[in-house]
Amino acid sequence: MKKIINQPDQVVDDMLNGLAYAYDSLVRRVPDTTVIARTLDPSGKVGLVSGGGSGHEPSHAGFVGKGMLSAAVAGQVFTSPTPDQILEGIKAADEGQGVFLVIKNYTGDVMNFDMAKELAELEDIEVDSIVVDDDIAVEDSTFTAGRRGVAGTVFMHKILGAAAESGASLKDIKALAEQVNDNLYSIGLALSPATNPEVGKPGFELEDNEIEFGIGIHGEPGYSRENLKPSKELAEEFVSKLKKEVDWSAGDKFAVMVNGMGATPLMEQFVFMNDIRALLDDAEELDLVYRKVGDYMTAIDMAGVSLTLLKIEDVQWIDYLNAPVEVIGW
Amino acid sequence: MAQTEKWIKSFEHFSKKITDEKSFLNELDSAIGDGDHGSNLTRGVAAVNEKLEQQSYDNLSDLFKDIGMVLVSKVGGASGPLYGSAFISMAKQSKESDDISSLLSSGLDGITKRGKAETGEKTMVDVWAPAVDALKEGTLDQSVIDSALESTKDMKATKGRASYLGDRSIGHIDPGAQSSAYFFESLLEAGVTDE
Repeated sequence: MKKIINQPDQVVDDMLNGLAYAYDSLVRRVPDTTVIARTLDPSGKVGLVSGGGSGHEPSHAGFVGKGMLSAAVAGQVFTSPTPDQILEGIKAADEGQGVFLVIKNYTGDVMNFDMAKELAELEDIEVDSIVVDDDIAVEDSTFTAGRRGVAGTVFMHKILGAAAESGASLKDIKALAEQVNDNLYSIGLALSPATNPEVGKPGFELEDNEIEFGIGIHGEPGYSRENLKPSKELAEEFVSKLKKEVDWSAGDKFAVMVNGMGATPLMEQFVFMNDIRALLDDAEELDLVYRKVGDYMTAIDMAGVSLTLLKIEDVQWIDYLNAPVEVIGW
Repeated sequence: MAQTEKWIKSFEHFSKKITDEKSFLNELDSAIGDGDHGSNLTRGVAAVNEKLEQQSYDNLSDLFKDIGMVLVSKVGGASGPLYGSAFISMAKQSKESDDISSLLSSGLDGITKRGKAETGEKTMVDVWAPAVDALKEGTLDQSVIDSALESTKDMKATKGRASYLGDRSIGHIDPGAQSSAYFFESLLEAGVTDE
């Protein structure tokens, strides 16, 4: 393992301090917690809180600020934050209009956020939540813990953040979140695994010429291992998988995100976006009204990309996606 | 020895096993999860030990509540809420009875409610359920624990992160079942199960 760290078990603490110091006009670290909250004065709006294991930077602290999240709670690397910390995040976000939680669908996250919700209700803070499950690589059946929450979560943050900023109620935000989640689809691939600094070795193994389709953001196994192909063919695999899942016809409006997994250069991500354009825009004639390329939901040093599609059911979502924000990572 | 002392002793055994076998638990977890079960539990038991050194206990309820809250707040992932919920349920039950099988039976309830898991899904429940059954019969011994643990090897995971592997989860011991086996072994070693 070759990483710029000190003690492996101090990585999260050191990272949060560095982040809060570098961007102290946007965010602050709530003392004695793993919560990053925005510096903005409360303005009587619904608070928006997300969080999860660390290692997905800029998710989620990088999306804290005006127009997106009110606070983000960091867990240990690839490990859900604990209910007491999530409760601190909820308190930091509470402006008296209730707090909405954006949870990625992982067993640990769901349990810890549920416990935090129970604790917040004991303190008379109204809390509601969405469990994002956009990863289509996984069968949604009773034989799995359901579809995982991955890069689409960042679109969720952006849309709900803009809605909260415009004064939407907790109930409106819940309805919007459900509608967005129903139209959110992601799929990823890995070229090489991630190494959790606390574990010290890669989470899985791939041969030099091998890739894995359908990988999760902690290196959960995907649906097939194949030899590396040109970007164009990787894009074809994603698009054919998505086409089976998403009901689309020419002219339909979509937001699209090519997301880097942490160790894939932007050069390759733009190459991949160019191939996605050829397939979705030129061939399928979809109207890609909003496009985004970059590292948004990473998996430490995994190499790979994911593709997220959001079917635009309501044109207001485009305004929400385009609304200005003051955050580190958008 | 009073029940509380036996339970504290048992927790000392448990935390030693977890700490000693941290890498082994991580290794089991790497095969079907994300490889940090040992690290996460080690952090949790270390925090519990710190708490137990500062505090003295004259009843099981306070002891279990503190252990549960520390685990919930220090372990993270799914294991934190699951082990934590087990101890918090036992804290409630201990106000009614300090009978070992009724305590652990409510601990098991705490786990199944929080995790919505049943037996046969390749989780810690697959050690807890047979161990609690054996306790009720007065037949819990190492062989019961061993065979319960071994049985998780042939199961296909349908809960938690391992479920994403599907058939590929078969052939591996479940890490949560392994740490639960350490938990029940510790109870035997500390004599908590002797009436």
